[in-house]
Amino acid sequence: MRVCYFGKLREQLKQAEESLDMPPGAQTVASVVDLLRARGGDWSEALNDQGSVLVAVNQRMGTRQTPVTDTDEVAFFPPVTGG
Amino acid sequence: MAGRVQQADFDAGRELQAFRAAGTRAGAIVSFIGLVRDQLGDDDAIQALTLEHYPGMTERVLANIEHQARQRWGLDDVLIVHRVGRLQPGDQIVLVMVSAAHRGEAFAACEFLMDYLKTKAPFWKKEDTDRGSRWIEARDSDDQAAGRWE
Repeated sequence: MRVCYFGKLREQLKQAEESLDMPPGAQTVASVVDLLRARGGDWSEALNDQGSVLVAVNQRMGTRQTPVTDTDEVAFFPPVTGG
Repeated sequence: MAGRVQQADFDAGRELQAFRAAGTRAGAIVSFIGLVRDQLGDDDAIQALTLEHYPGMTERVLANIEHQARQRWGLDDVLIVHRVGRLQPGDQIVLVMVSAAHRGEAFAACEFLMDYLKTKAPFWKKEDTDRGSRWIEARDSDDQAAGRWE
């Protein structure tokens, strides 16, 4: 799975994108978040569910309940500020 | 139909000419240009504004919000140009141009496109001030502006 980070989140995590191996079994965005937060430190803090971190799956807005597979592209980012 | 993301500046006059050259059905063209301001509410002088985006998703969202605008109003043409990269105060950030038979549709669609652009398209702004750099936070007023179309 390809995981991307943008904006403030990319800076907090010091990472723009990475390849992530998901454990077998049914998965959702929430399982990806759990896996990343288990790294501790900045990961645990920045991806805290209390924070306003948005998610897109295959470049469409999703939620923590959106199903994901190993071939998906998942992106995490703060609320958008363009225009 | 067009949505573009680019580092280069745009020439609104040239884009307007292209709009007019495309046909004579439209009775109205409305355009909006967003600029980098040189100051924040709390009086910090802005030295530069850096915009990043999510390549791929951005183009998809621009096409989607144009599609939504076209479903709401009878529009002849739509153009969205959004810049990314490092910009200076006074620089142009975004151009939205809409043509329609009458001005009412063109004004409404232009405002709708800007409201949705600000709240749905994956762009992020970071500003450099005398006191360092920081990411701009999303504003409730922008969400409220977008919410009135729902």
